[in-house]
Amino acid sequence: MSDILIPRRQLFARTGCLVAAAGALPLLSGCDAINGAPAVRKILSMGEEMNRASQRALMDRDALAREFSRADLSPIFRSNGTKLPPGDDYAAHAANGFVDWRVQVTGLVARPLSLSLADVRAMPQRTQITRHDCVEGWSAIGQWTGPRLGRILAAAGVRDSARYIVFRCADRIGGDLYYESCDMVDALHPQTIMAWALNDAVLPIANGAPLRLRIERQLGYKHAKYVNAIEAVASLDAIGEGKGGYWEDRIDYEWYAGI
Amino acid sequence: MAEAESPVTPSEASLPVRVYRHRLPVRIWHWANAVTLLVLLMSGLMIFNAHPRLYWGQYGANPDYAWFAVGSTPKTGFLRVGATRIETTGVLGRWTDANGKSQTWAFPGWATIPTTYSLADGRRWHFLFAWVLAISLTLFMLWSLIGGHLKRDLHVRRGEWSLRHIWQDVKDHARLRLPAGEAAARYNILQKLSYIGVIFVLLPLMIATGLTMSPGMNASMPWLLDLFGGRQSARSIHFLAAWALIAFFLVHIAMVLLAGPVNEIRSMMTGWFRLRPEKGERA
Repeated sequence: MSDILIPRRQLFARTGCLVAAAGALPLLSGCDAINGAPAVRKILSMGEEMNRASQRALMDRDALAREFSRADLSPIFRSNGTKLPPGDDYAAHAANGFVDWRVQVTGLVARPLSLSLADVRAMPQRTQITRHDCVEGWSAIGQWTGPRLGRILAAAGVRDSARYIVFRCADRIGGDLYYESCDMVDALHPQTIMAWALNDAVLPIANGAPLRLRIERQLGYKHAKYVNAIEAVASLDAIGEGKGGYWEDRIDYEWYAGI
Repeated sequence: MAEAESPVTPSEASLPVRVYRHRLPVRIWHWANAVTLLVLLMSGLMIFNAHPRLYWGQYGANPDYAWFAVGSTPKTGFLRVGATRIETTGVLGRWTDANGKSQTWAFPGWATIPTTYSLADGRRWHFLFAWVLAISLTLFMLWSLIGGHLKRDLHVRRGEWSLRHIWQDVKDHARLRLPAGEAAARYNILQKLSYIGVIFVLLPLMIATGLTMSPGMNASMPWLLDLFGGRQSARSIHFLAAWALIAFFLVHIAMVLLAGPVNEIRSMMTGWFRLRPEKGERA
């Protein structure tokens, strides 16, 4: 072992520069190449798997998202994503107060349904004041009213072979229709509702009129807006690119968005 | 406490004495943690870029008052803390990317993973390495407790708690009068307090505030929301604690450089630390 004594100040300067140079350069150029490699993407997705497995293990099936009081409501409930679905068809529905809007309940069900908004509003209702968490980081608190998705699925006689519920939407982003999906645990959760009212008023267009999903233990992009079909399926393979949702298929958002 | 390699004591040594200072689990955790925290920081800044505003309370979005925000004007970038606005053009809010294009994301590409905006990818990196952090920290805490690291190296002894002793150590650090001889092989009081603060306060705080931002965890552990005063408060605390870790890192690096970087870094790789002779003993 060498015992050469280098003056401390000299070492300071020398090592400092080396550490800075060696640390910064390969990191910057290397990271994006690493980020794109298929093997790395596979490893990276382990985080999502672990999040889902651990949350499902820790969480009671029916553990409730916090419900707030009216005093906690956001003064303005921010909207995001589509604020006005394009197309004459939607415009005509909106002009007409959505009286002709239909929600098809199809797939692995004994009795396919075609529900009008009047049908939806005639079902037993749930009202809840919950926090909406966007994947981007912001949160807004609003009061939602609508029937439990579980009631709609029960009315249609959802089969035991159904493992996922897919939501089809009337809004297009970049030309493609929006869609989302969830498993049966979240579909049958007591707070999972098809909301038609926000803060005691009919749901505004920017927030998903006339009907949107509230799936309170997951992030905002799971809360499908402008819903016109609810489909029970055994697998997500045939839905879009197979990852279960619009953003999941396009930019790799997590399908399980509990965090 | 330190096992000397040879029977020579520092006072009679003409050559520096080497001591076995860092055991293998300390070294492994140290370097694993260095990589993990760097990835978490850079991917965390990417996630922050998706919404570069911080709030206190249960909710917070663009229409609400943000106590901290990074933003841009058509020509400049700025940082706002409360009512104080700081121009940060070139670094925060408005900066030029590798292709010479002006960007208005809060943190620049050289500070984020990946370097170009992708919230989805930032989240992938962040969550995978969050697991690495949580598991390695848990294992390290258990080993520290069982293996004696806590009792032997980090435990603050009775005399060290005296304000006079702490003040003396502050003065020594301020004058860059670093311990030599056998004293350098042990952690001094400021070192102990900062390592305890990182291992038992800051890192667990990062994990807990991170979990508080999860709507799923909120349902299974609603007390987290009460503990931190809401999801948006937890997000603010998460951000502040990250900067406290950066502050620790900067001081840590400065102290390594001042104390003799080769010896310090080598000891964190091989475990062996060479004691500098005390004043008056220099050959």
